[in-house]
Amino acid sequence: MSTQAPHAPHAFVEDPDAPEYTVYGSDWSDVVDEAKRLGQQRIVVNMGPQHPSTHGVLRVMLEIEGETVTETRAGIGYLHTGIEKNMEYRTWTQGVTFCTRMDYVASMSQELVYCLGIEKLLGITDDIPERASVLRVLMMELTRIGSHLVAIGTGGNELGATTIMTTSFVGREETFRVIEAITGLRTNNNYIRPGGVSQGLPEDGVEQIRAMIPKVRAKLDELVALQAKNPILQGRLKGVAELNLSACMALGITGPILRSTGLPYDLRKAEPYCGYETYDFQVPTSTDQDAWSRLILRMEECYESLKIVEQCADRLEQLGDGPVMVADKKIAWPSQLSLGTDGQGNSPDHIRHIMGESMEALIHHFKLVTEGFDVPAGQVYQAIEGPKGLLGVHLVSDGGTKPWRAHFRDPGFNNLQALGIMCEGGQVADVVVAIASIDMVLGGVDR
Amino acid sequence: MSDDKQLDALAPQGREPLTLINVREGMFGARGDTSGYDGLVQRVQMPGATERPYGEWFDGAVDILTELLGDAADEAIEYVVVDRGELTLYIQRDHLVDVCRHLRDDQDLRFEMCLGVSGVHYPADKGRELHAVYPLQSITHNRRLRLEVAVGDDDARIPSVVSLYPMNNWHERETWDFFGIVFEGHPSLARIEMPDDWVGHPQRKDYPLGGIPVEYKGAEIPSPDERRQYR
Repeated sequence: MSTQAPHAPHAFVEDPDAPEYTVYGSDWSDVVDEAKRLGQQRIVVNMGPQHPSTHGVLRVMLEIEGETVTETRAGIGYLHTGIEKNMEYRTWTQGVTFCTRMDYVASMSQELVYCLGIEKLLGITDDIPERASVLRVLMMELTRIGSHLVAIGTGGNELGATTIMTTSFVGREETFRVIEAITGLRTNNNYIRPGGVSQGLPEDGVEQIRAMIPKVRAKLDELVALQAKNPILQGRLKGVAELNLSACMALGITGPILRSTGLPYDLRKAEPYCGYETYDFQVPTSTDQDAWSRLILRMEECYESLKIVEQCADRLEQLGDGPVMVADKKIAWPSQLSLGTDGQGNSPDHIRHIMGESMEALIHHFKLVTEGFDVPAGQVYQAIEGPKGLLGVHLVSDGGTKPWRAHFRDPGFNNLQALGIMCEGGQVADVVVAIASIDMVLGGVDR
Repeated sequence: MSDDKQLDALAPQGREPLTLINVREGMFGARGDTSGYDGLVQRVQMPGATERPYGEWFDGAVDILTELLGDAADEAIEYVVVDRGELTLYIQRDHLVDVCRHLRDDQDLRFEMCLGVSGVHYPADKGRELHAVYPLQSITHNRRLRLEVAVGDDDARIPSVVSLYPMNNWHERETWDFFGIVFEGHPSLARIEMPDDWVGHPQRKDYPLGGIPVEYKGAEIPSPDERRQYR
């Protein structure tokens, strides 16, 4: 591929005549041959893409000398599924069910940023009912807790601390119970829709949220007790995978990694959306800029998220029943589904209305569901604070019922570029720590 | 069925036509339907250039950038669009690196982060088919603006901004991979998502989505891009 690049890379080679090769999929055997020819001077280790500690199908190519890593390259693309391309062939509403599958550990983050983008294109940002915004904030924070717990749990598991993993996953399961009760699904929820959310709270929704909070807090406390004073964990994480502020700025790093250098940059504060400016919460930071500080920050962020969840429960109780979708009938999904006893979403009242009472309602339903709604031509950029950093979406509409282009800036995709600088010069065993502290999900990286 | 003259007559009057997104014919995917909408031709365009004042902080930022660019400003900034509260500067590609340097380094602009580059393919926009869109983020001033560079399909070359924004390394590789835009000066412009030996650039509009027909309850459902659908 490098032959097509206008300037062949000579960065690592002093002599232009020296053999030069790029380490990508097909030429692996050549690399091995080359390494053999050069003798014991250098060892090239391939890690992944099917390696249990690479958080999915990440491939890492390491050049090592003894136990020291001299060069690291990440190879991605093994989970590329063409989600962005697929979205160009579906209506704006159907797009939600595609983008939710990008970063599948924080599904609803993509749903929210995508829907906020569409709402900006439509110019209906201010028309979203408050109840929908509160439910969105609730879902964002539960998602954030879930994502951080996976980051902490799998990170621990990769170091051999299985208990950290099981404890984290039990805590995450508690958030999933509430998410399932409200959205109908544990992950890949397709819950946040253009104009609002797909359904309101179930009858005992607020009680379920309130009951969940102490359970999750107990698991967080347990994780703190397991980790905070654990000398082995500290030995593995402190001073490892360091990345300072200037490196973060050069590499466009956001999220907990950036905040671990002391910059309190959080879009929930800097550029509030969904009414985040009205919630009381802190943005934890650290100045240690290592893997340990990122772990602690994620724990602290989970506690802050629980504070927001509590406030959401209060507000939902106060707001009571009411619409969770914009009033505009040309945009709002026609039926308000409710979760039946069989676990399926259905709306008997709506079916009675369109099948027995009003032909116009039936036509309207049919048009909106099959054709979708038009979005005026133009483009927008929308960003939110995802659990892993700045999650952005660039949407272009050609005035039709489908996106002309939908591009997601996944924080993991960008942050993974820092893997080299975090690993080079360190120990081989610390590569796993660095990957865990970046906390990317390959579904989001490759899309 | 529609010649150029007919299309020109349909162009919106009163302002210079800008990015032509699409020319839509008919209402449905299948041709020759009897609905009477078959002859419908629509030109869809991006919002046009905005006149001053732009509002918010936009005027000040454009003024500073114009001053820093000096004589090159008129050539560098093709036009300015303010739409939905967002500022877009259409930049002539030869000046992209200069513009980025000023935007990043000037203390009153200080867009220290580039949030990547997103390609967009507009096959109907003759001579400017491929667009590269750079969202720039200023953490210092908490602002965001968008640079857009348009190039022709036959000369899809844009200078790389990796020397200024190292974070754009992978993003430019992705846009090369998906759209075939060559970022000149990129340290190693290799494919990133698709396999190395892949032919074609999948996000372009002339690249089919693919898929196979699926049988469902006795009927055959065509693949998504073959289906009859609303336009």
